[in-house]
Amino acid sequence: MNINIILSGVGGQGILTIAAVLDTAALSENLNIKQSEVHGMSQRGGAVQSHVRISDSEIYSDLIPEGKADMILSVEPMELLRYIPYLKKDGWLVTDSKSFENILDYPKRDALYKQIKTYKNHIIINATSEAKKIGNSKAANMILLGAASTLLPLSKESLTEAIKKLFARKSEKIVKLNLEAFEKGIERAQNYTEFVYCD
Amino acid sequence: MKNLVLGNEALAQGAIDAGISGVYAYPGTPSTEITEYIQKSKTAKSLGIHSTWSVNEKTAMEAALGMSYTGKRAMVVMKHVGLNVASDVFMNMAVSGINGGLVVVVADDPSMHSSQNEQDSRFYGKFAQIPILEPSNQQEAYNMMHYAFDLSEELQLPILLRMVTRLSHSRSGVTFKERRMQNGMQLPVDTKRFALIPAFAREQYETLVNKKSLLVDSSEVSKFNKLELKDPSIGVICSGIAYNYVMENIGEDNDYSILKISQYPMPKDQIKALYDYCKMVLIIEEGYPFIEEILHDYFEENPKIIGKLSGDLPFTGELTPNIVGKALGLTRHIDEGIPSIVSGRPPQLCDGCGHTDMFNAINELIPEIGDKNVFGDIGCYALGALPPLNSINTLIDMGASITMAKGAADAGMEGAIAIIGDSTFTHSGMTGLLDAVYENTPITVIISDNSAVAMTGAQDSSALGRIKSICLGIGVDPEHLKMVVPLRKNHKEIVNILREELNYKGVSVIIAQRACVRLSSDKKEEIRQKIALIN
Repeated sequence: MNINIILSGVGGQGILTIAAVLDTAALSENLNIKQSEVHGMSQRGGAVQSHVRISDSEIYSDLIPEGKADMILSVEPMELLRYIPYLKKDGWLVTDSKSFENILDYPKRDALYKQIKTYKNHIIINATSEAKKIGNSKAANMILLGAASTLLPLSKESLTEAIKKLFARKSEKIVKLNLEAFEKGIERAQNYTEFVYCD
Repeated sequence: MKNLVLGNEALAQGAIDAGISGVYAYPGTPSTEITEYIQKSKTAKSLGIHSTWSVNEKTAMEAALGMSYTGKRAMVVMKHVGLNVASDVFMNMAVSGINGGLVVVVADDPSMHSSQNEQDSRFYGKFAQIPILEPSNQQEAYNMMHYAFDLSEELQLPILLRMVTRLSHSRSGVTFKERRMQNGMQLPVDTKRFALIPAFAREQYETLVNKKSLLVDSSEVSKFNKLELKDPSIGVICSGIAYNYVMENIGEDNDYSILKISQYPMPKDQIKALYDYCKMVLIIEEGYPFIEEILHDYFEENPKIIGKLSGDLPFTGELTPNIVGKALGLTRHIDEGIPSIVSGRPPQLCDGCGHTDMFNAINELIPEIGDKNVFGDIGCYALGALPPLNSINTLIDMGASITMAKGAADAGMEGAIAIIGDSTFTHSGMTGLLDAVYENTPITVIISDNSAVAMTGAQDSSALGRIKSICLGIGVDPEHLKMVVPLRKNHKEIVNILREELNYKGVSVIIAQRACVRLSSDKKEEIRQKIALIN
């Protein structure tokens, strides 16, 4: 079993929390992991990505080769598309619809969603607004992870245990919120209806 | 269960378990997490392992040598360009040798993710004539620490351990070993070798040169170097992380003849064996063509040796599995590019950052002083070189803002401005300021003081609460030492002060003090209390 996932977003959006949950879950299933991340200058509002590789055999490269990612999981729609060269044929795209526009030449959003929809396997969810409804927009990443989890060979149990473990040092309330967000994501993916953009 | 750690953290835990008594470092991407891990480690704390940040890489390395002098093990950590700063002590401690084990960890940044060049530290190791270790993965990074300290104590030499960004910042499961005791205090039997007056230095240098064959022998038998001779049509020599990219492409069950190098000086016999056995030799290494050049020296520019010099691999930028696959003739062309709709997203200063307020003030005066007068420095404020600010014109090395402004002023530039952060100022700016004060050179120095080493993750700055007194101590005229708070509401006042000081024909310093917006309110409060205590 081999899974290659690219996580993407903008520095400060918290993709490393998603990576930590995936890592912890994979480790608890006795799988091998390599997960590269970006530290330093790009973390200041720049494009950031993390390569997550999980396998039951030895993993050599810390970086996913181009054309070998099973999934790109993004917390920002334009950042999703930046890593398309890594996507396997028929690989999955999972993203939040919420844009993060800190540059002047940010593309038109409708064109962006249209572009994402040209790839057969995609899930676009308004995760940030869903998370706000649950109680905190920061839980958007767990909604996205929940949606992505329906396409990954990691067990639901090991993922939820990982969420409990990682958020435990914050508070019981935050654990509950993130578990709820995770469930919400699963539900959204299972009953996926095509994302419709309204201005 | 294995421990999930970054390459940097694996090294740090390795050092703790190898019995260090101290780590000395200045933050710098991609090396920072090594020291931070030890600072946060409860074990390290309970063992009394020193881990406070140093003012710069040179002071760090000298302190590490001092600890080694007492017989204890020390590690010193920096990014590649930091080794330039520490190169004086680095070169000389190879000559003096060490007492307690001493490992110099240097993290290179090929592709310049967070750096101004992609220099390859292996050349420094060769220059100093000491062993170099280059791990290929996280477990090896951990294991190498014990080995590095043993080798250091056995050879009585410092060891250079070279990391690269992708290994520093990638996590994997690592098995830890048992921890061993720290060394006790045991001063050198003969201190003469540490006193490098010419007579002693000549003797010591002779000793160093005579160790050369010992070093090569150690590489020949090193468990981190591995030679496998299979298919003779092409042999691959790969070092450090490049080994992973090769293995990613060819898989475990392969026919390739491979020499993996993770310890230098190069294992000459193994190289000779591979060279004689194979029709072609492809060299894959992260960084400069270090191995390749040496091979051309061994075998006289032989066309059967290919790599970066022959154009089979790109000379610049980091390796990737795809680049290596292509060199091996295995990767098919990927025709899917990044969709054209995607815009670039360069890093930028955070919302509400004090540096932005200073740049806004400078930019207002640019029509008066010209748009080529602002000399920048290393830190978050380097982003002032990018749109929308476009304020700074230069960025060369730590501290160069002040000294380059001085040189330009010496040449006749009027209204030269240097902008430098608090930690960069104490790292390498203070001495240049003294140069300017000594000649009363007409420059205006803005110290944009956010009370943290912000770019690398807001580490504590040794400059905290001391900038003003340092400037006064250096001899800046108190009349021309101004304090401002960089906030939008103070814009007019800052512009006026800046204009006034630009008109003064001597050294002015403007300290713009406001804590980094990324610091928590608790941290800001702690800083306020520390500053109050110092003053």
